[in-house]
Amino acid sequence: MELHRRKRLGIILFITAGLSVAIGLTLYALSQNIDLFFTPTQIAAGEVQAGQRIRVGGMVKEGSFVSAEDSLKVSFAATDYANDVTIYYEGILPDLFREGQGVVVEGAIDAAGLFQASRVLAKHDENYMSVEVKAALDAAGATAENHTSLAEN
Amino acid sequence: MIPELGQFSLILAFCLSVLLGTLPLIGASRNHLLWMNLCRPLTAGVFVFLGISISILAYAFATDDFSVQFVAQHSNTLLPIQYKLTAVWGGHEGSFLLWTFMLGGWMLAVSVFSKSMPIDFVARVLGVLGILCAAYILFMLATSNPFDRIVPLPPADGADLNSALQDFGFIIHPPTLYMGYVGFSVVFAFAIAALLSGRLDAAWARWSRPWANVAWAILTIGIALGSWWAYYELGWGGWWAWDPVENPPLITWLFGTALIHSLAVTEKRGIFKSWTVLLAILAFSGSLLGTFITRSGLLTSVHAFASDPTRGFFILVILGVAVGGSLLLFALRAPMMKSEARFDLVSREVLILGNNVLLVVAAASVFLGTLFPMVYQAITDDLISIGPPYFNAIFVPLMILLVLLLAVGPLCRWKRTSIAYLSRQLGKVVLASLALGVLIPLVVLLEFSLAATVSVALAAWISLSLLGDLANKTANKSSRAKALKALPLSYYGMQIAHLGAAVMLIGIGLTSAFSYEKSVLLSPGQSIDLGNYVFMFNGSTAVTGPNYVGNEADISVSKNDRPIGNLKPQRRLYLASGTPSTEMAIDAGFFRDLFVTLGEEKESGAWSMTIYVKPFIRWIWLGAIFMAFGGVIAAGDKRYRRLRKRELERAATELSGELQTAS
Amino acid sequence: MSKLKYYIPVISFFALALVLWRGLYLDPKELPSMLIDKPMPPFALTTVAGSEVANEDLPDQIFLLNVWGSYCLPCLIEHPTLMRLSEEGDIPVVGVNYRDRQDLAVDWLEDNGNPFAFSILDEDGRFGIDLGVYGAPETYLVDENGVIRFRHVSVLDESVWEEEFVPAIAELRGESFGNE
Repeated sequence: MELHRRKRLGIILFITAGLSVAIGLTLYALSQNIDLFFTPTQIAAGEVQAGQRIRVGGMVKEGSFVSAEDSLKVSFAATDYANDVTIYYEGILPDLFREGQGVVVEGAIDAAGLFQASRVLAKHDENYMSVEVKAALDAAGATAENHTSLAEN
Repeated sequence: MIPELGQFSLILAFCLSVLLGTLPLIGASRNHLLWMNLCRPLTAGVFVFLGISISILAYAFATDDFSVQFVAQHSNTLLPIQYKLTAVWGGHEGSFLLWTFMLGGWMLAVSVFSKSMPIDFVARVLGVLGILCAAYILFMLATSNPFDRIVPLPPADGADLNSALQDFGFIIHPPTLYMGYVGFSVVFAFAIAALLSGRLDAAWARWSRPWANVAWAILTIGIALGSWWAYYELGWGGWWAWDPVENPPLITWLFGTALIHSLAVTEKRGIFKSWTVLLAILAFSGSLLGTFITRSGLLTSVHAFASDPTRGFFILVILGVAVGGSLLLFALRAPMMKSEARFDLVSREVLILGNNVLLVVAAASVFLGTLFPMVYQAITDDLISIGPPYFNAIFVPLMILLVLLLAVGPLCRWKRTSIAYLSRQLGKVVLASLALGVLIPLVVLLEFSLAATVSVALAAWISLSLLGDLANKTANKSSRAKALKALPLSYYGMQIAHLGAAVMLIGIGLTSAFSYEKSVLLSPGQSIDLGNYVFMFNGSTAVTGPNYVGNEADISVSKNDRPIGNLKPQRRLYLASGTPSTEMAIDAGFFRDLFVTLGEEKESGAWSMTIYVKPFIRWIWLGAIFMAFGGVIAAGDKRYRRLRKRELERAATELSGELQTAS
Repeated sequence: MSKLKYYIPVISFFALALVLWRGLYLDPKELPSMLIDKPMPPFALTTVAGSEVANEDLPDQIFLLNVWGSYCLPCLIEHPTLMRLSEEGDIPVVGVNYRDRQDLAVDWLEDNGNPFAFSILDEDGRFGIDLGVYGAPETYLVDENGVIRFRHVSVLDESVWEEEFVPAIAELRGESFGNE
C-alpha cells in the first residue's frame, strides 16, 4: 500500500510538473507572438512605434499602386477612407491583390518612418471581407463593402 | 422537379434518422429485442436516402441546373465535368451534405461489421449516430439547404467554382478529411454507448479500437492531403501554415492519437477507462469544433466558407447538446469505472500516460492559439493575430519530448520494466542516433544545421530502437522468419506507424533547415543560381484553357551543367469570375522538390517569379502514409475478431437471460 | 471531492461554449440593416450653398442620394459618372455632404464640377447616422414617395450603374407604372 501510494504520488508530481512547464511555455510563447492590429488612422496618429511588428488592414487605394520596372519593389496606399498609409514591399503580391480591394499587411515602420511590409495578405473574395479590413473601415466610420443588391433586400 | 426529389429524400433520411435515434435506444434500455433489431434496417435506409440526395445534387451540377442556387453559385457551363461533380463540396451546403453522407457511410459500416457485438450495444451505437445524423440533416434543411431554388428567373450561367478549388487535390482532400473526422463520431458513439449501457469493462475498448485506428488513419491521410494541396496549389512554399482552418483537424488528430494509445492500455490492462472515454469525447468535439469554426465564419482564413451567424449558432447548439450532454453523462457515469490494475513507475502504462499528456497539452496549446485572438477581442475589443512562431515554439519542444518517449514505449513491458533492461537496450542506440544525426546532414547536404541534426537523430532514435526491439523479440526463436511471422499484425501496425513518424521527422527537419526560396525578376535569357541549381528563363507564351486564359513561362533547370528538366508555371485568369490564379510548376523528387510560381509581366517583357528548392519535403507526406498504413494494419489484427466471437457468445447468453427475467 | 473532478470537463466545456457564442456575434461582417423600403428620415438642414432644406424639397420623382465629402478620394472616381447622369438629366442627383466643412465642400464642387441638384450639408454627421451611412461614398436610390429602395456602398462607377442601378430603376418605374 505504502509503495503504491508513493508511485501514485510520483505520477501526479510528474504530470503536474509537465503541465506547469507546458503552461508556462505556452503563455510565454503567446505573449511573444501577439501581432497587434492597427488601422491607417491609428498609424497616422502616431500610435505605432518604429520597429514594432504589427498588422495593418485597409483597402488598396485606387490609383496608388506603383511597381518598379526593374525590381520586385512595389508600393501602394492602404486606406480606411479617412487616412492612408503607404506600404512598401518587395516581392510578389498574392493573386487576389487588387486596387479597391481589402488587404492585410504585416510589417513594421522603419527608422525613416516608412511602413516596410514583410507579408501582404489579400484573403478575400467577392463574398467576403477580412475582419481586419472591416474593422479598419468601421473604426474610421467608412466602408467599401461589396454591392448590396436589390434582389437580396 | 428532380432537385425537389433530392430534398424529399433528405427529408426522408431525416425521418429515418429520428426513428434510428429513438427506437433502438429505447429498445436497448428496455430490453426490447424487436426495437433494437430495427437499428440495422433503419441505418441502411438513412444511408440510401442520403446517397440518393447527394447523387441528385451531383446530377444537378452535371446537367448545369442553375435554377438550383447552390449550383449557380459554384459552377458554370465552362467548368470541366470532373470539377462540376466535385463542386458538390465546393461550398458550404454541398460539403455539409457530403459530411452527412459520410456519416451515413460509417453508420452502414458499423451495422455491417458489428455482427460479432451484442445487439444492445450495436443498437446504442447506431442510435447515438442516428441522433447526430438527424441533427446534421435538420441543420441542413433549416439553414443551408443545397436544393434551394432561384425563382422565378434562374440565371443563364453560374458564377464558377473558386479557381483554387479547381484542382485534383481538391477532388480528394475534403472527402478524405471528412471521412476521418466523421470516423471519430463512431468512436464517440461507442464511448457513449458504453456509458449508457453501464458496460464499463474493457470490452468496448476492444470493440472500438479497430474503428478508432481506421478513423485515425483516414484523418492522417486527410490532413496530409490538405497539406500537400496547400503546398502546391497555394504556392507559397510551405506545407503547414497554422491557419485557423488547418488547426482543428490537427487538434482532432492529436486527441485521436492520444485516444488510440489510451485505448490500447484500456483494452490490455483495463485501466485509464474514464480517461479513454474522455479522449473519445474530446476527439469528437475537435471534429465538431472544426466544422463550427469553418462554417460559422468565427475565424477568418483562406478556406473559410462565407460566414453566417445563424449557421454558427445552430452548430453551436449541436455542439452544446452533443458535447455538453456527453460530458455530463461522463461526469455521472465515470466515477463508476474502477481501475484495479497496478503498475510501476517504469512501465508501458506510464510511458503511454506521458504520450497522452504531451499530446493533450499540444492539442490544447494549438486550440488556445487558434481561439486566443477571438477571446482577446471579446475582452479588449482589439484585434490581434497569433503568428506561426507561437505554434512552433510550443509544438516543436512537445513533439521532441514525445518522440523521445515514442522509442522507449514499445520496448517497455506492461506493469514494470527494469531500468537495467532499458539501458542495455538503448545505450548503443543513443550513441548511434547522435552520431547519425551529426553525420547524415553533413554528408548528404554538406551543411550543418541544428534542426537537421536534431530531427535526423530523433528519426534514428526511433528506427534503431525499433530494429533493436524486433531483433530482441526474434532472438530466442529457432528460425527468424518464423518468429517474424508469429508477431501479431497489431505489433507491425504500431511499428510501421512509428517508423512513419521517423520519416516525417526527417522531412520536416531537412525541409526546414535546407530550403531555399527567392523572388526574382527575370528577362528571357536570364538565369539565376539557387541552392546548387541554375534556373534559366527561356521566355513565355500565351495559353488558353477551357475556362481561363493565361501565360506560361518556360524555365530550364540544371545542376552542375547537367540539365534536369523544364518547369512551366502558368498565370491564369479565370473568365467567369475574373480572378487571377497562379499554377506553380513542380519538379518533384524523392530527395527534393524544385518549383516556380509566376508573378507578373513587366513592360520590358521580364517576369517576376518565385523559385523554391525544397529538399526532402515529400518525406513529410510519405511519413503520413506510413502512419496511416500502420493504423489500418493494426486494425486488421485477427485478435479482435477472435476475441469478439467469444464475447458475443457470453453476451448473448447474458442477454437472453436478461430477456427471460424481463418477460 | 473525488467525484467532483469528473465535472471539470463539462464545466470547462460550457465556459468555452459561452466564449464561442459570444465570438459568433463579435464581428458582424454584414452591413447592419438599413432603411431599405423605409421613408427618408426627417431632416431640416441647410444646403452646401447655404439655403434651408427639408424633406419637402426633395425631388418628387425617383432620384439618387449620393453621400460624398471633399476628403473622400473614391468620390473622385465616381464623380464622372455622377456628372454624366446630371448632364443627361434623366434622374436627379441629390448630395449629402457628410462630415465635411462647408468651405471645403464649396471649393471641391468648384474644382471638380457640381453634379448635384443640391447638397445637404451634414457637418456633424447626424443625418448620416439617421440614414445609416457607413461612410462616403455611398449612394441611395429613393422613389417618388421619398422611400429608400436601394443602397450601394462604395464607388458608383459605370459598371455598377449599368449592372445594379439601371435594372433597379427599371423595376421601380415598372412598379409605379403598374400602380397607375
